[in-house]
Parts: sequence; structure tokens; C-alpha cells
Amino acid sequence: MTSLTLVRRIAARPSIVFEAMTTAEGVAAWYGPDDLPVVSAEMDARVGGAFRVRFRTLDGRDHEACGEFLEVVPPRRIVMSWRWAVGGDPEESGRVSRIEIELAPIAEGTEVTFTHADLSSEASEKGHAAGWTGALDKLVRHLARAAATAEKTQ
Amino acid sequence: MAIGRLTASTREQTLHRLVNYRPRDLDRIFATLSDPTRRAILARLAQEDSMTISALAEPFSIKLPAVMKHLDVLSDAGLITRSKHGRTVNVRLSPAPLRKASEWLRRYERFWSPALDRLAAHVERKEAEARAAEAKVGR
Repeated sequence: MTSLTLVRRIAARPSIVFEAMTTAEGVAAWYGPDDLPVVSAEMDARVGGAFRVRFRTLDGRDHEACGEFLEVVPPRRIVMSWRWAVGGDPEESGRVSRIEIELAPIAEGTEVTFTHADLSSEASEKGHAAGWTGALDKLVRHLARAAATAEKTQ
Repeated sequence: MAIGRLTASTREQTLHRLVNYRPRDLDRIFATLSDPTRRAILARLAQEDSMTISALAEPFSIKLPAVMKHLDVLSDAGLITRSKHGRTVNVRLSPAPLRKASEWLRRYERFWSPALDRLAAHVERKEAEARAAEAKVGR
């Protein structure tokens, strides 16, 4: 199991950030990895409620993620299960991962801590068993950087 | 407003990479990288343009044939290239598969990071609207 955590400091109050994460209209404004618009979004932001977001990517493919709200604490915390229903990441096909969002009020607005947890993969499971995932990630990044620099100077 | 940071081509590649990776190639790369001696060899090669096999083997307590075996594994996975110059063999890092592995490890970061940039731009616009509305009421 692996997880990803991203932290962003945003100049908007927590209630506005919370709304953008828990309403169909809000989610339609930002979901997906590129600037193509979200195709459809349904958000029933209460514990046990479902969400479903469909988006198209620049390569013309459709992807749909769905899941259930597990915790909804306005305007502080959202936990939801996450599953690819269409497209997405074949490594995660049929698996359920977990999104945890913490909104902390700060002077300039909100600090968003966004975690995509319980991501699984054969390679990462093997890695975790051997205890080297973190070290490997670091090494691979270092090597890729070093190699990119070497290529540029050639 | 972080949207402008990504060019159209990197955005296009983002999900392409999320979706179209090659798990079998990657399994081999990760299996190859699971050995600490092989990782140490790669880390040394990352510092130098190229190294002879004897210079590479020097800091390791294992014998030369054992080092050669590790080099075979690294070479089979496409992580290094070897070239012969007279009596010496030079070893170089081969970056492409490592970049692929790095991209795969970072695929969800590549997915969510631009989305959160767009979220920030969206809610900051909403915040400005809310403040403008509040100022009107307060007047």
C-alpha cells in the first residue's frame, strides 16, 4: 500500500474550499489532470452518500471515478472511498482506495492536506515487503535528475 | 494562480503516463533495483559520466565476478550500458528506464497536483466574489 499527500495553502476561507470539494458544481471546476472540462459530477456529501465524477482527458479518453463519503465534517474534514469505474489507472482496477482531505484555517485562508491513501500495486507491495520503497523513490528521482542534466550537457 | 505553470504538452502527458505505463517492464526494473549492491552501483554511476568495471568494483567487499553478475542484471534491465575500449570496459548509466520508473511512482502526484492548482484558482475566485458581496452589504 502506498499513499500520496499534497499540501496546499489557498487564499480562500475553509467554507468556500469545503463547498468546492463537496458539491457537483464545485468539483466540476477542478477535477481531472488537465484543463478539459468535467463531463458529469454527482456529489451526495453526507456519510454513506455517493459521488461520481466523469472527465475526459486530452487524449480523448473518458475516465470515471466513484465512491462513497465516509466522513463529512464541514468545513474541516472529508473522507471518501475512491474507485475507478471507467478508465483511470489499470493498476487500481477493481480496487478501492481512500481520499482524506483536511482543511485547516490559516491567516491567509486554508491549508489543504490532501491524501490519496491505500493505493496498491504489485511493485509497491513487493517494495514495502523489502522495506525499500522510500529509498528507491529517492534513488530513482536522483538518478533521473542526474541523467537529465547529463543529457543536457552532452 | 498556478495553472499557467504546466505547459499543454506536460498536461497531455500526465494522464497518458497514468494510464499507459508498461507494468512488465517496470516489474523488471523494480526487481533489479531491489538489491542494495545494484542500487549502490547505480548511485555511483549517477555521479560519474562513465566508470571502468574495476573502479566500480573497488568500494564493494564482494569479488569481481559477483560485481560482474550484478552488472549483467542491470544491463538486462536496460539500466546501464557497457562499451569496450581496448582492455577496459566502460559502464554508463542508461536514464530512460529510470525516468519511466520515476514517472510511474509519481503518477498520482501528476494526477492530483494540477487538479489542486485548479481548485486553488477556483476557490480564490469564489473568495474574491464573496468579499465583494460582503463589502456591498457592509456599505
